[in-house]
Amino acid sequence: MKGRTPQRIGAGVLVVTALAALLAPVLAPHAGNQRFTGLLNAPPTFIYMWDAAGAWRRPFVYPWKRISQLEQQYEEDSSRPVPLIWFTSGQLVQSSDEERAPLLLLGADSFGRDVFSRLLYGARLSLALALVGALGATLIGAFLGGVAGYVGGAMDDVMMRVSDFVLVLPAMYVALMLRSMLPLALEPRTVFTILAIIFAVIGSPFITRGVRAIVRTERALDYAAAAASLGASHARVLVRHLLPAARGFLFVEITMLVPAFIVAEATLSYVGLGFPDTIASWGTMLQDASSISAFADFPWLLSPAAAMFLIVWSLNLTLQGRYERPM
Amino acid sequence: MISYLCRRLLFAVFLVFAVSSASLLIVELAPGDYVTGSLGLQATPEEVAALRARYGLDRPIATQYFDWLSRAARFDFGRSLANGRPVAELISDAAVNTATLAVTALLLATLIGLPLGVFSGTHRGGVLTGTIRASSVFLLSMPPLLTSLFLVFLAARTGWFPIGGMNAIGRGFFDRLHHMVVPVLALALPLSALFERLQAQATSEVVTQPFVLATFARGVPRSRVIWRDALKVALKPVASIYGLVVGTLLSGSFAVEVITTWPGLGSLMLNALRARDVYLVAGCAAAGSIFLAAGTLASDVALAYVDPRARE
Repeated sequence: MKGRTPQRIGAGVLVVTALAALLAPVLAPHAGNQRFTGLLNAPPTFIYMWDAAGAWRRPFVYPWKRISQLEQQYEEDSSRPVPLIWFTSGQLVQSSDEERAPLLLLGADSFGRDVFSRLLYGARLSLALALVGALGATLIGAFLGGVAGYVGGAMDDVMMRVSDFVLVLPAMYVALMLRSMLPLALEPRTVFTILAIIFAVIGSPFITRGVRAIVRTERALDYAAAAASLGASHARVLVRHLLPAARGFLFVEITMLVPAFIVAEATLSYVGLGFPDTIASWGTMLQDASSISAFADFPWLLSPAAAMFLIVWSLNLTLQGRYERPM
Repeated sequence: MISYLCRRLLFAVFLVFAVSSASLLIVELAPGDYVTGSLGLQATPEEVAALRARYGLDRPIATQYFDWLSRAARFDFGRSLANGRPVAELISDAAVNTATLAVTALLLATLIGLPLGVFSGTHRGGVLTGTIRASSVFLLSMPPLLTSLFLVFLAARTGWFPIGGMNAIGRGFFDRLHHMVVPVLALALPLSALFERLQAQATSEVVTQPFVLATFARGVPRSRVIWRDALKVALKPVASIYGLVVGTLLSGSFAVEVITTWPGLGSLMLNALRARDVYLVAGCAAAGSIFLAAGTLASDVALAYVDPRARE
């Protein structure tokens, strides 16, 4: 099993992320839009095991004390350790003094919201959207590619020309155009549906072409003829016999579309055409970091970018050696 | 060869026509227009109607479209509704800025990616190859959105590079270069990683082929075989992806332009879309599609050069 380490690391990171997203309500210490108005842009709280005197004690945090309201600078109030409490009110871990010393593992944003909790809730939204988009693209692509490859002829020609055309277009701009056709202010649920449809449509040409090529070659093989001569209908030959040959290809395509869609959501939300900023997604969180001065002073605002990198990187690691394509 | 190029040229013209028409129609068909957006909710129906009539937005969509088309054929792309300046003027500034960014990034990525790819494709299992490969996978996982965020962060922290805009007023060429570092690197780094991976894969496949072995057997020096004979064949995957890369570059440069506030087509189009400034949107789309068409043409020519069979 030598040489499989990168794949294992990648798969491990993916599993951990997926679990973290699924278990967000338990793992996140706070609700996504709970605000700590006294802690705008507060830095991450560290968890200590030793107090100032060097004595060991149960994990605790020090509260942040604001030393400059204008520049939003904080320092630790080491005279007042606040112990952590575990498994209370449905949360894995919280600070015992949530009012004055909340547990902010990745700091707070400019509204005083807990970045770590928002990162977890945002992962649910961003990952779910990317997955739904990729599955939609797979369905559309498998259907169109299967039909084009099976039927052939003029229909095949037209469909391939169209997908050639769409492939050349810059995906980001197509998404931007389609999104801006619709009103800016929409319900988060509507935005989710719209973005998923847009992503599915934009992502499908890649899959259409691949599936079509596979179906075309497989159709000429004996087993397809055998199935047809046993009386299988066209639909049955295509769905039960030919499309399964494209399984490996589809799997690779999905793993390449998911990171592309995560980034696309982030870009759209960043420019204000994605989710509304009241809701936590990785894109709307980055929007909070979009003023340049916030970057340098409050680097924890970039954690959604780091999370995105981690996902894309681990997907690339699991796929290593196969064809790679960025967005 | 000539007929092949003619066909590709025809496709390019169709691309520009279709993209700009489609974007104009999409914006026209979308709910709301420039007038409703700019006057706000308090406007009376009379005011709205008056302003629509002034901009010609009250005519049927088909009329507006054919009017725009007939004028665009004479290179008159109309005026921006928002500030009244001719679209062609606004676009040409922005297009030059985007092109500067994209072409520099493409050159840089090719210069970094191809040689490294040939190297790691011919040296299997070395420490250097491993390092190149790992950094490529690392950079491939950083689309331009992320590279530009991190580079801007680094620039802001260290103060080595300016973090926004394109030029300080009254400064010269070197100041422009200084401003270009962050956006160009943000675009070029992931691209060079893509080129490196593709080229490494292609090279390692080509060097096992009989014609390469035969060339070695005839005593041709190793470096010459790899960098001349094998390279020409191994260039095919990269050459064929160049056309798609232009699309990728434009997509990527959108994020980069917005984050580094580079005044290119991306930022212009975003603002035009937000304001539903129809002619400006169509103009941006036309300019973008000219880039695309040029890219696919260049890719086709390169492919025809590398692989004569592609000319059929």
